[in-house]
Amino acid sequence: MKAILALEDGTVFRGNSFGATTEACGEVVFNTSMSGYQEIITDPSYKGQIVAMTYPLIGNYGVNNEDTEARKPFVEGFIVREISKIASNWRSSDSLDSYFKKNNVVGIEGVDTRALTLHIREQGAMKAVITTQETDEGKAVESAKRSPGLVGRDLVKEVICSKPYEWNAQGKYHVVALDCGIKLNMLRILAGLNCKVTVMPATSSAADIMNLHPDGLLLSNGPGDPAALSYIVGNVKQLLGKVPIFGICLGHQVIGQALGGATYKLKFGHHGANHPVKDLKTGKVLITVQNHGFCVDTATLSKKDIEITHVNLNDNTLEGMRHKKLPLFSVQFHPEASPGPHDALYLFDRFVEMMKNN
Amino acid sequence: MPKRKDIKKIMIIGSGPIVIGQACEFDYSGTQACKVLKEEGYYVILVNSNPATIMTDPELADRTYLEPITPEVVARIIAKERPDALLPTLGGQTALNTAVELAKNKVLSKYKVEVIGANIKAIKKAEDRQLFKKAMVKIGLDLPRSGNAYDLKQAFKIVESVGFPAIIRPSFTLGGTGGSIAYNIEEFKVLAKRGLESSMINEILIEESVIGWKEYELEVMRDKKDNVVIICSIENFDPMGIHTGDSITVAPAQTLTDKEYQNMRDAAIACIREIGVETGGSNVQFGVHPDTGRMVIIEMNPRVSRSSALASKATGFPIAKIAAKLAVGYTLDEIPNDITRETPACFEPAIDYCVVKIPRFTFEKFRLADPTLTISMKSVGEAMSIGRTFKESLQKGLRSLEIGKAGLESICFKDLAEPKADEELTQEILEKIRVPNAERIFYIADAIRIGVGIDKIFELSHIDRWFLQNIKEIIEMEKALLKHKDKVSDELLTQAKKFGFSDRQLAKLWNKKEIEIYKMRKSINLEPDFKLVDTCAAEFQALTPYYYSTYDK
Repeated sequence: MKAILALEDGTVFRGNSFGATTEACGEVVFNTSMSGYQEIITDPSYKGQIVAMTYPLIGNYGVNNEDTEARKPFVEGFIVREISKIASNWRSSDSLDSYFKKNNVVGIEGVDTRALTLHIREQGAMKAVITTQETDEGKAVESAKRSPGLVGRDLVKEVICSKPYEWNAQGKYHVVALDCGIKLNMLRILAGLNCKVTVMPATSSAADIMNLHPDGLLLSNGPGDPAALSYIVGNVKQLLGKVPIFGICLGHQVIGQALGGATYKLKFGHHGANHPVKDLKTGKVLITVQNHGFCVDTATLSKKDIEITHVNLNDNTLEGMRHKKLPLFSVQFHPEASPGPHDALYLFDRFVEMMKNN
Repeated sequence: MPKRKDIKKIMIIGSGPIVIGQACEFDYSGTQACKVLKEEGYYVILVNSNPATIMTDPELADRTYLEPITPEVVARIIAKERPDALLPTLGGQTALNTAVELAKNKVLSKYKVEVIGANIKAIKKAEDRQLFKKAMVKIGLDLPRSGNAYDLKQAFKIVESVGFPAIIRPSFTLGGTGGSIAYNIEEFKVLAKRGLESSMINEILIEESVIGWKEYELEVMRDKKDNVVIICSIENFDPMGIHTGDSITVAPAQTLTDKEYQNMRDAAIACIREIGVETGGSNVQFGVHPDTGRMVIIEMNPRVSRSSALASKATGFPIAKIAAKLAVGYTLDEIPNDITRETPACFEPAIDYCVVKIPRFTFEKFRLADPTLTISMKSVGEAMSIGRTFKESLQKGLRSLEIGKAGLESICFKDLAEPKADEELTQEILEKIRVPNAERIFYIADAIRIGVGIDKIFELSHIDRWFLQNIKEIIEMEKALLKHKDKVSDELLTQAKKFGFSDRQLAKLWNKKEIEIYKMRKSINLEPDFKLVDTCAAEFQALTPYYYSTYDK
């Protein structure tokens, strides 16, 4: 079926739909990972976003029952150059097309994704719509313009668990994972490191969290604008120094704000699996997985209290920090990978170490 | 880390004569190394017996010896020139073998020549199958079942446990020379004997057959600070059992989920660390069982290889050049990415196109050679193509072979509208798919033309169904083009170009002249796009003009 991808600045791409036939809007971003589309589409951080894959051949290995990062896909829409007509892999249980149909997600194929990527690189991430309903380009552009976008929006509440649950009942250390849109691989890794893991929704109060007497608190990734999350920032402020904290992605941005810093929006964000990040302590470079449109402004952080631990070698943005006195560290990238390289897995060991020493 | 100042003179060994398995790709890597080391101010001494190479051009090295690449001759050059270091990892297997010999003869220790890139211990660990196996078992990697033999008696004992078909691989040879597959004990007797004779140290490895498994390669780079990156993943269209040099290969990997790819990445990184290649590039090969996903490591080349040249061109990341810089002490984060200039070389290229490499054979020149493709390399060249889809790249590559094909054309049929095969021809086509040969890709297309299903072709060839499906889509497009030959819609013509059909190919299908198709295209503004190879999938601005054509508007 014919489909239109329309951007708020009037740019239009035409293609064919796959998955559901519907209309979906969101901020359009590009992701440069060459594999891992199943993890990407199920990553709750993509709530509110339409993802364009720069690798042109998508769907080749289908989808399976293990490689999901959440209970369902969260991406608003999906843009590819060519969707595979066959799912060829020994673990495949469904095709991407069929999976999208079942989950009511619209995809568009036949788009010159490189032209789209160049456009986003030059003009910045912008609001867009994918539609199989509307055939008039002008009207589609209008829908893109009218869509809410990301700035100032709290999308966390739309993706989190409704009530606390236990991921892993047994373990040496008890970790509370504050679900802001958590990727399941963080939980899998912590369980693998012999941690008891309880997941709590991001709306939980500081007292709710402390009532569980956790040994450590994980602040997860999540969607939307970090500046719209004052309720989480407020809770984390109360918890600073009371429990060892590890923040990832949105969790890192929340910590940045709790420590008095501010976040800003990147032009087109970092979305991919090949970003070089230097660990300033070891001098070694990690190839990291990234998925963020906002960033903590280094200049707004107190040099007295905070040590920068990781920087991005492509654009020198802040990638990781630790508190000089309190048991607390955070990273902007995704050490849990999934998809992407495992170079930064050691940070979970560091978290366990921190709980041990506390 | 800055570059090393304690070494001043560096010797590079080239790859010598062009032979099957070792051709101009090593001239390419060696030339890059010479250029880099000279730019860095080192005194470069080059040994290469082949004057028909770029690297032996006068301005490329400070001293060039057009002498036989034998341990004796190189030893005399070392005695005369007294280099501080020897870089053996950029001249293919010949250079590596020569370095090992020079170490064994104590020439290197006598003249205090340091081996840079990969040291002798690492080279031995990677090249000696027994040491390699031990090392891989140590880091927990799975390998095919195997055993080493130094005489026929031992060989028979080992094959009892390995079973048939069994692979016989001699240690220390060129381009897999002497490697073979035995399907029964009679064949085994002949092949094992031949293998023992062709090994420089009379050693063969007898191995569980992984024929038909999916085959992958990763190009890995490591620096002195132990930063390791993967430059490129390559998936072989032709499964295990055919030498990579004789296989159609595709970059990046197409049919691995990220979980499986990352396992392979972890294994490749663990491998280069355990083998101990301190700096530079290595190539690690894996086999994956198509039904169970069991992954085994096949081998590792502790040097720049044929695949490195492909990976460099496929990604825009100059592996040989960077390897030379790493050998003299730079680290990956200190070297800028040539193409973006702003970002460092310490990253993993993201590509937004599909690369296909197709081997070129000249069996007509080797009348007595068996044209069946096996684990010994037989191709004499290759064509590499870039497109936005596998279909486009495959067809571009096939017409670049200069074998008279304008794309994935038929080898058996004149009338493509209604290709008819009697029982005999059908059997011949199926047989040509079952037994690997230079034209197999064309026979696969013809099988699809006469209605043979993908599952049947997979059963015969073990070529992944994803590739076969794409070939099927090309043939379906061909059928649509024939059906609508009298009135082709703009949309269908555009789609055909996106599937890689050339003007000539369309002209042949429609009994028209190529110029007519060209005009037809022009009249609807259907023209190629030129897209950049930029290492980063358009994320950053690229400054090096390296383009490919594609239809993508």
